[in-house]
Amino acid sequence: MLARRNFLKVSLAAGGGMLLTATLPAAAKAATLGKAGTDAVALNAYLQIAPDGLITITAKNPEVGQGVKMMLPMLIAEELDADWSKVQIAQADLDARYPGQVAGGSTATPLNWLPMRQVGAAGRQMLIAAAAAQWGVPAAECETAPGVVLHKATGQSLSFGALATQAASMPVPDVKTLKLKDPKTFRIIGQPTRNLEVPRIVTGQPMFGIDVSVPGMLYAVFQKCDVHGGKLVRSNVADIRKLPGVRAAFEVKGGTDLRGLLDGVAVVADNWWQANRARQQLDIIWDEGNVAGQSSHDFAATAIRMSKGRPESILRRDGNPDAAFGKAAHVLEAAYSYPFLSHTNLEPQNCTAHVKDGQVEIWAPTQNPAPGAALVSSTLGVPPTAIKVHMVRAGGGFGRRLSNDYMVEAAWISKVAGAPVKLLWTREDDMRHDMYRPGGFHFFKAGVDANGQLIAFRDHFVTYSQDGAIAASADMSPAEFPARMVEHLEFGVSMIPLRAPTGPMRAPRSNAFGFAFQSFLDELAHASGVDPVQFAHNILGAPRLLPDPPMPRQGPGFDTGRMRGVIDLVAEKSGWGKQTFPHGTGMGLAYYFSHLGYFAEVVQATVNATGEITVDKVWVAGDIGSQIINPLNAENQAQGSALDGISQALGQALTIDGGRIVEGNFDSVLPLRMRQAPPVEVHFLVSDHPPTGLGEPALPPALPALANAIFAATGKRIRSLPFKDHDLSAAA
Amino acid sequence: MLIGKTDRVEFCGTMKYSVEINGAKRTVDIDGETPLLWVLRDTLDLKGTKFGCGAAQCGACTVHMNGHPIRACQTPIASVGDARITTIEAIGDSKVGKHVQEAWIELDVPQCGYCQAGQIMSATALLTRNPAPTDHDINVAMSGNVCRCATYTRIRAAIKHAAKAGSI
Repeated sequence: MLARRNFLKVSLAAGGGMLLTATLPAAAKAATLGKAGTDAVALNAYLQIAPDGLITITAKNPEVGQGVKMMLPMLIAEELDADWSKVQIAQADLDARYPGQVAGGSTATPLNWLPMRQVGAAGRQMLIAAAAAQWGVPAAECETAPGVVLHKATGQSLSFGALATQAASMPVPDVKTLKLKDPKTFRIIGQPTRNLEVPRIVTGQPMFGIDVSVPGMLYAVFQKCDVHGGKLVRSNVADIRKLPGVRAAFEVKGGTDLRGLLDGVAVVADNWWQANRARQQLDIIWDEGNVAGQSSHDFAATAIRMSKGRPESILRRDGNPDAAFGKAAHVLEAAYSYPFLSHTNLEPQNCTAHVKDGQVEIWAPTQNPAPGAALVSSTLGVPPTAIKVHMVRAGGGFGRRLSNDYMVEAAWISKVAGAPVKLLWTREDDMRHDMYRPGGFHFFKAGVDANGQLIAFRDHFVTYSQDGAIAASADMSPAEFPARMVEHLEFGVSMIPLRAPTGPMRAPRSNAFGFAFQSFLDELAHASGVDPVQFAHNILGAPRLLPDPPMPRQGPGFDTGRMRGVIDLVAEKSGWGKQTFPHGTGMGLAYYFSHLGYFAEVVQATVNATGEITVDKVWVAGDIGSQIINPLNAENQAQGSALDGISQALGQALTIDGGRIVEGNFDSVLPLRMRQAPPVEVHFLVSDHPPTGLGEPALPPALPALANAIFAATGKRIRSLPFKDHDLSAAA
Repeated sequence: MLIGKTDRVEFCGTMKYSVEINGAKRTVDIDGETPLLWVLRDTLDLKGTKFGCGAAQCGACTVHMNGHPIRACQTPIASVGDARITTIEAIGDSKVGKHVQEAWIELDVPQCGYCQAGQIMSATALLTRNPAPTDHDINVAMSGNVCRCATYTRIRAAIKHAAKAGSI
């Protein structure tokens, strides 16, 4: 029997750095054990080592397809000097021992790059201390090779498994004394490393939220008002209770928070299909409230009217744009727009919950479990300590699962039904009850001087407000490119009141601004007779670091040199400017900085006589710092992000009519399909900067690069998304 | 405003259906209109087959009926009859299916992984009838399967990889 008295905790403080305590609370101890065999020893909250050398590393963050469940353990394993073939990975629950359990903002790499390595290094130092004590030699004379501690002078070695118990009783090292590896000696970080989950994925093992099954579980659907925030007046729910398989059907009176529990009718049955079929018999009278003006058509008309007046507010003004337009050799005006979008996670929203005796247990495919638990706590009136959230692999995140509406619905339905319940939305539920990527309108005017230099720029951005404040993810930074690159610049903002809820979608803001700004800059380059690569050089100027203006999303600033670096790399790799294409084929360039990553992309596209667009190829060049942690996943993420952008550009839009979303499934919102998917060639520019994330920044340039390619191919400028709404047959 | 669901459905009651799933006879007592997808997932506890759209638009629920890829979400259990149903849980029992799964692992295809069971079922059906597919063949066979993470580059490469493995 191995001693378990001396558990040591090495976990991370919220602001980075390491929090070291000598013991684990009893409950946390129990949670740590049990996954890696009964005799595994925990060195800290992340690391367990079994006597046979099997190492279990806990991944603390939610996995939604971004690969973080691999990436974080790779960082730990590297500094532990683990034998990767002996590593298995466990998924953490929501647990106060782990900071920052969220999948969002491409933050996992920058926030965890150092602390996770420190966790591994602390474990390694404890294993060395244990070996040194056994051998009676100074720790400084010991070293490690994968999975073993060595003392070369005496030729002794002990495996990590043999040392684990004693190591757990060694003092937890002071974070200041930890010696991290020289990156040149990395054996795991930087190696193309296959995802350990794939064998389970390809054999259909249950592992997603929708696959959760608990004893006695019933299946639920929840009908809400398709006008967001509509109130339930009455329903025929009593009739629904008589239908086959139905165990419970009841009305729910929710609140006004569109991200919380809303009014609706829940149907609970023996299987999901029965629940959903019974639901189709519902007659519900809703009070939809005022939906005047809540249609895409009205929004567009309002935006055009607003564009003819002064903006409601000025976000930024440098110099005197109006005067500068008079001095420009080329002046251009253009209106750009983009629609609302749904995240369309392929796994529709779902959650399993069991409320019993004042305790709540939840299995949720969520990107953001902590606010979900808080929402359940406040809505059900149970203390946070009574809520246990298991994070389950999600079939896509893309920002949708940062909200936890499905979690509170499942918990509420379980409470009323008095049974464990798996709530599953239909695709139509999912598309019609999203936190949408907000649409928007940009009314641009810009001037370029005779030297091809952008000297004046104006954007009247018409966006959306909700309850009087700017809608979520519908705001713009005063530092939005090309601000700070142009002497005379004005960003003005006007807002249209909106009822539908909005929220972040993969590369929020950037996924839309990239299209509008980078397309317009390409227009300016062509209007000025300057090659787009040269035009980018002209705008970016000399390499320099521009600090962000004070605002919530502040980063280390914008490095014009890094931006130029990826532009030059993608130009080189794509053979930019070196080929002559026939009419109907062309290349477009776009570049964008978001989520701390610098990306430039070139798209080659062909438009045929019927106006059909073929994306021939995409080149991606990115600078995300000094280290590509897992090149195998990095390429996949960059390819997927670029194609996600192409997918949005070609076929995706939601239409709002009478306050409700018109589209409901993939027959009208068209995801990219195999026949449309081009090869994507990915190159990384390794630079001397801390590593940053890759879930998002490769997306924004893809849309404008395609729009710019279509212009190069046909001379036709597309200024609104999606492209499927444009007839290009005359242009080709 | 009244929002009624006008398309009233008939509730027929349950019946016993004996179907062949992954080589074994399984008997279920269920409403005959229940789609095969939900029989697999909720009744038979075979959760590898996924729900994505409920409208044969995304291919996440692809299974084989007598070796042909079908959408289980649009296949009432009453229509299955004597057909052989194969799901992702058993596709590795065939040589082609095994090669496809191995190629998916080798090339590290998935991101979120949710669509990949359906992708593998479609890819296996393709390679079974066409051991050396062209890009065009792949486009035709695979365009019914949506990958929201857009891992298409690797799916295509993995199909070619599996084709090569099958030819050795």
